[in-house]
Amino acid sequence: MNMLLSPNTQWVLLSTLILGMAAGMIGCLAYWKRQSLMSDALSHAALPGVVIAFALYGSKNLLVMIVGAAVSALLGAFFISWIRSSSRIKEDTAMGMILSVFFGLGIMLLTIVNRTGGGNQSGLDGFIFGQAASMVRKDVYTMLILGLIVMVVVWIAFKEWKLFLFDADFAQGLGLSSRWMNGIYTFVLVLVIVIGIQAVGVILMSALLIIPSVSARYWSSSFKQMIILSALFGGAAGVIGTMVSAIGNGWPTGPFIVAASSCLFFTSMLFGSEKGLVVKAVQLRIQRKEAAKGWTQQTTAMKEVQP
Amino acid sequence: MAILQVNDLQAAYRKNRVLDHVSFEVKQGTLTGIVGPNGAGKSTLLKVMLELHPRLAGHVQFFGTQLSKVKTRIGYVPQRGSVDWDFPTNALDVVMMGLYGRIGWLKLPKRCHKDQALAALDQMGMADYANRQISQLSGGQQQRVFLARALVQNADLYFMDEPLAGVDAATETAIMATLKELKGAGKTVMVVHHDLQTVEEYFDHVLLLNRTVVAHGSTESTFTKDNVYRAYGGTLRFLKEA
Repeated sequence: MNMLLSPNTQWVLLSTLILGMAAGMIGCLAYWKRQSLMSDALSHAALPGVVIAFALYGSKNLLVMIVGAAVSALLGAFFISWIRSSSRIKEDTAMGMILSVFFGLGIMLLTIVNRTGGGNQSGLDGFIFGQAASMVRKDVYTMLILGLIVMVVVWIAFKEWKLFLFDADFAQGLGLSSRWMNGIYTFVLVLVIVIGIQAVGVILMSALLIIPSVSARYWSSSFKQMIILSALFGGAAGVIGTMVSAIGNGWPTGPFIVAASSCLFFTSMLFGSEKGLVVKAVQLRIQRKEAAKGWTQQTTAMKEVQP
Repeated sequence: MAILQVNDLQAAYRKNRVLDHVSFEVKQGTLTGIVGPNGAGKSTLLKVMLELHPRLAGHVQFFGTQLSKVKTRIGYVPQRGSVDWDFPTNALDVVMMGLYGRIGWLKLPKRCHKDQALAALDQMGMADYANRQISQLSGGQQQRVFLARALVQNADLYFMDEPLAGVDAATETAIMATLKELKGAGKTVMVVHHDLQTVEEYFDHVLLLNRTVVAHGSTESTFTKDNVYRAYGGTLRFLKEA
């Protein structure tokens, strides 16, 4: 318990809170773009960039590695869209290919860097499953600032995101450029992935994007509710996961964050107010009782016919 | 003066040419049905004109100028199936989207915008459903919401992609009444339409399309058996005998 109260742990908790919230919000965008898997492909694709940035810079610097990860992930995104548009290969196949090729390349480079001096002590392995405890104050600042930027981008253009995600063609008709919105979307998605890989790791980063948003879907009747809830779920998962992993010495953060968000998901799936399993069962029961009483509802057409 | 001028438009999907040398002009205050067989390029024509799909050649002029200068004067009703109705929002909110151009980007809607959206819903007979989740609306109700969203845009030229597909008779009547009202108010409407039986009743102009313009003009002179056969090929057997 003492460990949780140390200033360093508190800073780390704050950064995983902001990371979880930012990832939860971006996850909602990915969910409605039907690109949940894309976030997985991009986070895996970030690994070679992290390793190359480390090898070139010579020591561990979060900002440099974030730039490397971003370049690598964007390259992955570019390849995915290029394969999709220039061949008959479908997007899910393209994502599967890029994910494994980039991740394999990343692991290969990681092995080489670890063998040739310096890499061993670097804690680069932490980027695979996440090692929030290894973050220093400067890393926390970097994460906080970038995480807040992501949240602000989603929040100030909330109305535009809603329109774009619901009906991109209509949005374009109103003058909201799909190209720009797609560009900004890819930018914030990559940003949230790269700031998350130190704390959560490349393998599990996508869970922080996907799980909070689907959990939030079970409770929300408006897009605003979904974004807010997803941010809360993501933030809670980040904090709880970090706290639990801080108990053990050298425990990876990522898996515990995923475990925490999975608990939130199962609760939501069962008890969620919008199509949660329990609520659906209750509604069915009520309908059955109503049905016994007789027909009461009318369609629009029936109302119009009436005098 | 023609409100819409299309010259020699060409477009393709992958290796298939979908539109070939499409040229026509539309006058103000007309209600035009775009009719043709499946795969004739009807929806593509709308999308290419509105720059939602790339064109290979040709040009389009709205109100004598290019699209980007008159976007606010043009309303588009996509096919109902083109969006995900499971999206967490209500009918009123969808209609409000039609006002986003006027509200301004990055600005919040005001009370007056909400009132306009409610009035449009009311006009489509959907006032009672303003706060209903769109996932809980029937197909016809969803189409009414789309129409209401187009109405609040208060555009001068409307493009509608199969607004009558899969809706019940009451909704069809309500939508057609709205289109005639728009026409009465001097607006110009182009509608992708599938039911040959109702073309004469609903539209004053017809654009028969099959990859290229087969015939275009007033319904009386254009919607002839000959032209329809030419547009649909010899496969058509169910046309009402004139």
